[in-house]
Amino acid sequence: MNRRNFLNTIGSLPLIGSLNGVAWAANEPATNVAAATPYNNLLILIELKGANDGLNTIIPFANPLYAEIRPRLAIARDQVLQLDAQTGLHPAMQPLMPIWQNKELAIVQGLGYPNPNLSHFRSIEIWDTASKSEEYLDAGWLARVFAQTPAPRQFAADGLVVGSSDMGPLSGQGVRTIALADTAQFLRNAKLAQTRTHPRNAALKHILSVENEIVHAASKLNANRVFKTEFPRNAFGNQVRTAAQLVASNAGMATIRLTLSGFDTHAGQLGTHANLLTALSEGMSALKSALIELDRWDSTLVMTYAEFGRRPKENQSGGTDHGTAAAHLVMGGRVRGGLYGQAPELNRLDGNGNLPFAVDFRSMYATVIDKWWGLDSSRILQGKFAAVDVLKV
Amino acid sequence: MIKRIFLTVVAIGVTTAALAQDTAIGLDGARHLLGRTGFAASSDEIRAFAKLSRNEAADKLIKAAVASNAAITPPPAWVNDKPISPAKLQAMSREERQMEQRRNAEHALELREWWFREMLTTPSPLAEKMTLFWHNHFATSQQKVRFTPLLYRQNVMLRQQALGNFGSLLRQVARDPAMLIYLDGANSRKEQPNENFAREVMELFTLGEGNYTERDIKEAARAFTGLSIDRETGAFMFRRGIHDYGNKTVFGKTGNFDGDQIIDALLAKPEAAQFVTRKLWKEFISSTPDELEITKLAAGFRDSGYNIAKLMRSVLSSEAFYAPEHRAALIKSPVEFVLGTMKTFEIETANLRPFVIASALLGQNLFATPNVKGWPGGEAWINSATLLGRKQLIDRLFKNEDRMDVAMRSVDAMAEMNGDVAAPGREARLRRQMERQMGGIRWNLDKWANGFVETGRGNTGATGMPALTRVVLPMAPLVAVADTESPADVVRQLVNDPAYQLK
Repeated sequence: MNRRNFLNTIGSLPLIGSLNGVAWAANEPATNVAAATPYNNLLILIELKGANDGLNTIIPFANPLYAEIRPRLAIARDQVLQLDAQTGLHPAMQPLMPIWQNKELAIVQGLGYPNPNLSHFRSIEIWDTASKSEEYLDAGWLARVFAQTPAPRQFAADGLVVGSSDMGPLSGQGVRTIALADTAQFLRNAKLAQTRTHPRNAALKHILSVENEIVHAASKLNANRVFKTEFPRNAFGNQVRTAAQLVASNAGMATIRLTLSGFDTHAGQLGTHANLLTALSEGMSALKSALIELDRWDSTLVMTYAEFGRRPKENQSGGTDHGTAAAHLVMGGRVRGGLYGQAPELNRLDGNGNLPFAVDFRSMYATVIDKWWGLDSSRILQGKFAAVDVLKV
Repeated sequence: MIKRIFLTVVAIGVTTAALAQDTAIGLDGARHLLGRTGFAASSDEIRAFAKLSRNEAADKLIKAAVASNAAITPPPAWVNDKPISPAKLQAMSREERQMEQRRNAEHALELREWWFREMLTTPSPLAEKMTLFWHNHFATSQQKVRFTPLLYRQNVMLRQQALGNFGSLLRQVARDPAMLIYLDGANSRKEQPNENFAREVMELFTLGEGNYTERDIKEAARAFTGLSIDRETGAFMFRRGIHDYGNKTVFGKTGNFDGDQIIDALLAKPEAAQFVTRKLWKEFISSTPDELEITKLAAGFRDSGYNIAKLMRSVLSSEAFYAPEHRAALIKSPVEFVLGTMKTFEIETANLRPFVIASALLGQNLFATPNVKGWPGGEAWINSATLLGRKQLIDRLFKNEDRMDVAMRSVDAMAEMNGDVAAPGREARLRRQMERQMGGIRWNLDKWANGFVETGRGNTGATGMPALTRVVLPMAPLVAVADTESPADVVRQLVNDPAYQLK
């Protein structure tokens, strides 16, 4: 057999695939965003990967125990950005002060869950799947939301994951999630994908549907918007710019998840933590400014989360070890600014020297599902969790 | 009348089944068998197996796998290192401790390279597949076991037992130092038994949820106390002082049980055979369990006293294994995808690190299972990030040779300057490292493809799929191959076909 014949054999295979069937192109209206869907309210999650030290973020400066257990790490009272007579922000969080003063920043203190697990991997899994401490669930909590109430097909995706290939709360079957680091780069890579139909078996069907989702998202997204907002010139600033560009595509998306890494500060915490909080605060401030430019500030809710907080007592290396409860930030044009939850009860530490939790983290998810999206969280969260009253009605 | 027709149909069915056992599996059957039990099959291997019957083919593979119970690749130099004693660790400065952590992380990378090398060169790919199966079943991660030699030693134990007796394997796992750390057994003492291992041995290793009570777990945890580690050597050690010698009540029976007796009680339950067989079914046959067939296979497994080789022989010669609806119906794992590509196209390199990293970025970092349940596998392997990741890897390896260097430099530069910098630190670092090191790989697709055609390996004279397609894909391509003069272009089309993700 010569080469020519051989190639003819291959070429003569029956035509099985076809490139024409774009599954969802047919019924799409001309506009990108659907009229009536809860998901016109956007949720942006910021994961503080590695577990942020809540105690040096939202600081109980008036509590004498604070300075006592942190001889090297405590932020001096006159450095703290005071929010009230007891509580203040870390000085690196100055960029968030205008948002606080505008009453658009809510701080929920003491978020955690019963029987806390101190492993990063297990605890973030608990947060991502909204499971009980001893329970293993396969799908992320947001994936369960979209399984119950799907986003409109013409949305670019249910969720966009920026700067991480771990889908976190968006992992699960049937959820349309696109992970990307940079919109322009994603659009370049997406050229490697093609829309195809004719699945013959379940595995192939799954692969083709993921590939179709990539093509679909790429057809909706663009990186064309030029912002007046200046984005911080660092990794997290790039993520914020990518998120802003995604929102500007006006392509329809229910959630975007960003990740700021490096919070696992076991040693030499002071400088590292200040840098991280600077990056976070500058990034969040730029995000607000960009959302205002896009007229999406009032229809966007931004929320931070992490696997746990850190241990109140500092360790021998000038760092902090794995802890439990911590404070998290919520911002947006419809956020009712203020302090929520419970300040750290430093006199009530458990056997490991960790804080008791005051607000179950699933209450934050209930806030998103019930109040922000107007859906029912009870089945998704396997029970009724009271929403935290951080939203203006 | 109806009865007679029914009986005739059954009789014909039996005859066909009997015949199928004896007839040759053919080229497509051989491709299917070798694709599922290995990483890639060459044309020669496919032709050799095509002549065998189902039983002969299964026997041949099992025999090789049983014989291959130790790795042929020499292990890294540090595998017999002793752990640092707690006292010495305490005395270390912060810098020294960080250096120790870095050294350990480097060892974990070397260990992955070692296993990748073994998977590429082993005389029995099935032995590797089984070892990988048990690594996933008895999930253990470097993220908790911070002393890499223990993970190597666990791997040695798993491959020794991979096709042996499931009961002995389970007893070894209960004594395995890496497992004793991973599931907190090492420090479990009678005053305060840790339930982690007792729970997982029931839920994930043998019975599955719903086949035991919380009380069974609590009592079994007491029986496993004392299985611990010698801190000096890192080896298994039974500590009498912390073992609970009192009576325990498990599954309704009371006695002064130890860990092995609990394992015996677990194996006495039919659910154990059913559970393990179902998992093997999903790995080797189909992601959809057929409970009727699984029950039959499981009964044989239990009757054989849990002989894994016998079970695998039944699985690999079964009607279901060769059923048309199960062909090309499983998604390749990242390790299968990466190593399969290397093996099929004979990509040879002294430096396996970029491929180890590629597999990790695609979702399978060996010795670092995501949690106690292992990798979920199947459809979970493919999401938008991992699918584009697979496509990028293919794009990069199969780019036109002339443009390869330029393309690589530009990808490097892109990764450095562009969005990837926005990815969380570690991931971006790994991606850059992979990109850089892949630049050093010299491999010529044209040479491979032309060689395939010119040496007549493509000339089978048989009907069905052309030989090149059969070597690359488990089924006919979804998209018909466009006519071209260049065999390399044909290969590029085939590896970009969605069917390339399947096995």
